[in-house]
Amino acid sequence: MSMSSLLILTLIGLFLSVRGFQAFQTQGLGFITKVDWTAGVDGGKDSFGLGAMIIGTLVISAIALVIGVPLSVLTALFLTFYAPERIKKALVTLVDLMASFPSILFGLWGFIVLMPMAEYWAKLIHKYVGWIPLFKMPSPAYTRSPFIAGVVLAIMIIPIVTSVSREIFGQTPLDRIQAAYALGATRWAMIKAVVLPFGASGVVGGAMLGLGRALGETVAVYSVLNIVFKVNFQVLYGFGGNIASMIVGKWGEASLSESKALLAAGFVLFVMTLLVNLLANFIVRRTVKTGK
Amino acid sequence: MTILSNSTPVTPQKPWKVSKKQQLPNLFLIAAAVVASFVIVAATPMKGKLAYLLLFFVIGTTFQLALSWYKRGRAAAADTVAGAVMMAGAFIVFLPVASLLITTIVKGSKGFRPHIFNHTMAATSYSDPLTSGGLIHAIIGTLFLIVIATAISLPLSILTALYLTEIKGKASGFIQFLVQAMSGVPSVVAGIFIYAAILLTTNLRGSTFIGALPLAILMIPTVTRTAQEVLNLVPNELREAGLALGATQWKTVATIVVPAARNGLITAVILGVARIAGETAPLLFTLGTSDKINWNPFSGGQNALPYYIWSGLRDGTEGGINRAWTGILVLLILVLSLFVSARIFGSRKVK
Repeated sequence: MSMSSLLILTLIGLFLSVRGFQAFQTQGLGFITKVDWTAGVDGGKDSFGLGAMIIGTLVISAIALVIGVPLSVLTALFLTFYAPERIKKALVTLVDLMASFPSILFGLWGFIVLMPMAEYWAKLIHKYVGWIPLFKMPSPAYTRSPFIAGVVLAIMIIPIVTSVSREIFGQTPLDRIQAAYALGATRWAMIKAVVLPFGASGVVGGAMLGLGRALGETVAVYSVLNIVFKVNFQVLYGFGGNIASMIVGKWGEASLSESKALLAAGFVLFVMTLLVNLLANFIVRRTVKTGK
Repeated sequence: MTILSNSTPVTPQKPWKVSKKQQLPNLFLIAAAVVASFVIVAATPMKGKLAYLLLFFVIGTTFQLALSWYKRGRAAAADTVAGAVMMAGAFIVFLPVASLLITTIVKGSKGFRPHIFNHTMAATSYSDPLTSGGLIHAIIGTLFLIVIATAISLPLSILTALYLTEIKGKASGFIQFLVQAMSGVPSVVAGIFIYAAILLTTNLRGSTFIGALPLAILMIPTVTRTAQEVLNLVPNELREAGLALGATQWKTVATIVVPAARNGLITAVILGVARIAGETAPLLFTLGTSDKINWNPFSGGQNALPYYIWSGLRDGTEGGINRAWTGILVLLILVLSLFVSARIFGSRKVK
């Protein structure tokens, strides 16, 4: 019975790769490196390249991490060392509650409420630091950009990164904390000297768990991102890519060969998230165990 | 008694407590920061709520920094700034939660009326006025999905958790690793897996049962990990007592360990249900669809709350979006009540 997880994982890998085999076979390595995705009509040649989607997924997840992780670490530090007991309890519940929100809620909220706001922020960013290549705009199209998707994902990964960081910070050996205070350290000096070195790798692990979630998020990203098969590094500009959302978006009208390619895309996503999650768990567990 | 009652009551002294007089400069600084940020917003081209908040934060922190530097030196000043930045971080995290909840309640209540609990979408399209149609079919579908997914995943996860905590066999390290790997499977992958494994292989069509399969996959790791934590909390003395009385390990587990951890195991299941109740992506591949109530879980398409919300969002009309918000409100009430009941069961002590 307990081997069921092995069975399920193997089956997932097996079925997706076997069913998607045709795509790998006809497209070769190009399935991962090419950026265009056109289903051949009337016996025409299919060209399925996941490149833009893979890069898009990584770009959005990176934005989510850049915004989400610092906020989570600050919140975790605040909750562990600064917040009064009563506020702490309420905030911890709130963060847990946030983790239980369904992703479609983030999608709808992101589409209706956040997108207009995030567009305004994007304009501000462009106005003040637009000279950085990352924030350049070929034309003023701010809607449905990777930046907005990244902000939504950042909000979605905050609960998990915060709770992992809080757990790690909470395990800081009390004797070291007290030693720092006894030497006359202020709270911040103590955190800098004791807590952050102790918890750093745990935070990295938590961030990677968040990354795992961000990579595989589907519905929320689909609602706020304009998916176009073109590599886009200008994060404020209104189009991007995401494997999971692309699968959902293309599914409805996919031909048989295209849906096999979508299964193969699912396999790529499966492998990506699996690697990230395993690495994350490895880091978190090592930190918790050795306490280093 | 008499001695005690004669003596004057002693109130505990807290000499370290910040007195009102000491708080005065702080209050003054906050007031000054508010005034200063208003003045700057009025005098410069900067405008908007964002500018007020940002300026208030920057000016307020600078004042605090100056005060603590003046009073206690550089280290204290750094401490003040760090504290302020952390508080700001926590505040920013708190904002979206508040916004999510408030928006859902405000926008969802528009279509939230008794009518939706005894009507389906059979004779209504998404763009129709909110007075017609309802989502009872989606609620029933979601309940079906929850029951079936729980029925499949519960035995698997509890037995896995028992293996990991009670038997602790040779393979437990490996299985732990697998459970963790499984918790990272994206929901969309679980969905297309079931599609590839069942719908593409056999000639079955999407139904409630098939829609529940990916949900079961997503539920297993959540329930296993929580159950494991709970079982680890059962004191070892209980196990030893059982074994000392001559019970076999199986008997000890079945009659002592599991009953002792019962509340925790219920929490584990509730958390698992909360995890899957709002899952949308896997349903798009496996559920089929239906506009009316479908009581047969094994044939015919089904609807579910997340699917209903998704359809409203995809519909894109004002009516569709409003229906989606109503659906979200119903779903959120479901998830929140699960969350609260998990808290209640989880906070009860192991007996």
